[in-house]
Amino acid sequence: MGGSFQRIGAVVLRHVYLFRSSWLRILDSIYWPAVQMVMWGFLTQFLAGQTSYVAQAAGVLLSGLLLWEVLIRGNLSLSIAFLEEMWSRNLGHLFVSPLRPIEMAAGIVTVSLLRTLMGMIPVSLLAWAFFGYSIYDLGLPLVAFFLILQMFGWAVGLSMSGMIMRMGLSAETFAWAGIFILLPISGVYYPVSALPQWLQYVAWCVPTAYVFEGMRGILTTQIVRWDLLAAAFGLSALYLALGFRIFLMFFARARRDGTLLQTGE
Amino acid sequence: MDHPAIEVARLRKEYGKIVAVDELSFVVPRGAVLGLLGGNGAGKTTTISMLLGLLVPTAGSIRVLGIDMLRDRYRALPRMNFSSPYVDLPHRLTVRQNLDFYARLYGVRDVAGRLREIADRLQVGEFLERPAGKLSAGQKTRVALAKALINRPDVLLLDEPTASLDPDTADWVRTLLKDYQAETGATILLASHNMAEVERLCDDVIMMQEGRVFERGAPPDLIARFGRNDMEEVFLDMARGRGRGLDVLKKAG
Repeated sequence: MGGSFQRIGAVVLRHVYLFRSSWLRILDSIYWPAVQMVMWGFLTQFLAGQTSYVAQAAGVLLSGLLLWEVLIRGNLSLSIAFLEEMWSRNLGHLFVSPLRPIEMAAGIVTVSLLRTLMGMIPVSLLAWAFFGYSIYDLGLPLVAFFLILQMFGWAVGLSMSGMIMRMGLSAETFAWAGIFILLPISGVYYPVSALPQWLQYVAWCVPTAYVFEGMRGILTTQIVRWDLLAAAFGLSALYLALGFRIFLMFFARARRDGTLLQTGE
Repeated sequence: MDHPAIEVARLRKEYGKIVAVDELSFVVPRGAVLGLLGGNGAGKTTTISMLLGLLVPTAGSIRVLGIDMLRDRYRALPRMNFSSPYVDLPHRLTVRQNLDFYARLYGVRDVAGRLREIADRLQVGEFLERPAGKLSAGQKTRVALAKALINRPDVLLLDEPTASLDPDTADWVRTLLKDYQAETGATILLASHNMAEVERLCDDVIMMQEGRVFERGAPPDLIARFGRNDMEEVFLDMARGRGRGLDVLKKAG
């Protein structure tokens, strides 16, 4: 068990070395959420004077954006941590070492968490500095939202990484864009009830819908919907377990088909 | 009981209808240096990948240091290591960071001490702080070997260890491997296209063709058996369909 923690720690250290060698990698985690935050911040200021919905629930759009970015960053950071090994053609060395695939997955999940925090904390402070909006006003549920969205982002990232391990870098696009398919059904900027009935059934199958409904509940009525939080947490835990399972399944297939040494396109 | 270093029995690997390795069986005693020879597509890299657990065989068994690699490879992997010019180390990490990372993965005690020792031995001290992606081919090979020896492996698998090196550096690498083997009694299995290297390093050679064993023996025995002057000529005989092994292959269909 101690050896396992040591190997997970080594994977994390490898990525810390990488951050230290390239500050652009950290800037990359901040850049896009910051651009989005500024754009949605101005839109919020404009709409506050136009619509009663935005005026009543100050920060509903910015909160949606920042929490959505937590999901995206969690997902992308994990996929990038995995892709780093593919880009440097290093998978062969990793998987002939005592590092088990589950330890590698745990290592890149930890790296993803660090990278998301490095990206999102500065952006949340910028939102406060530019627009006087603090996402920390969501209070304790913010921690739960953050954790749930990270877990779900990791689940998607692990599945995509597994697919890339099996199919090669030609599947890289899915790592970057795959998660955006969830944006329309997650109720980030509008309630799930705005969706057609059949799509609402789909929406309630993913934890993001519960998180964003919960967020709106706090901002509009100041009531914390613990039932939504519990459902979101349960679903995220389920998807995360599934994500690990899919990663291991693709690893087994890559070993069977001999794609671990052929990591190019 | 001291098991052989490597025991391979009736190993087979199929990719769809293509058979990459077919009924391969061999035993490598501890402390031996075995060369795996064959043309491109003969099944050498496939065999090494299966020995390392990177590839699952379609059939057959592999034991390394007495451990069943198909069931329990994580018990054997800390005592093995590998180097190949076709697998890189992370380019943006410095040489020191790369070696540090792999030392930790292999559970090396006293990482800093081992790094000093290996840097001295492999003569990589002068570029320890340089990113791995900015090294020359010779320097990269030295670093790859430093990584391969970081855990003092009992079984070392090398895929073309001197590919793309100038003769001087290649000779230095061969001397290093010979010294390491003599000092530690490690078992080395190397795939190579360099016949002079095979003659100098290997006690025993398996010549592969179409995924099967074509011939096996010590280099001087093979040279005598084929009636040739060196391993280069023996290899050409195999590649061009001359010599004893061909009869065996024909009989096997």
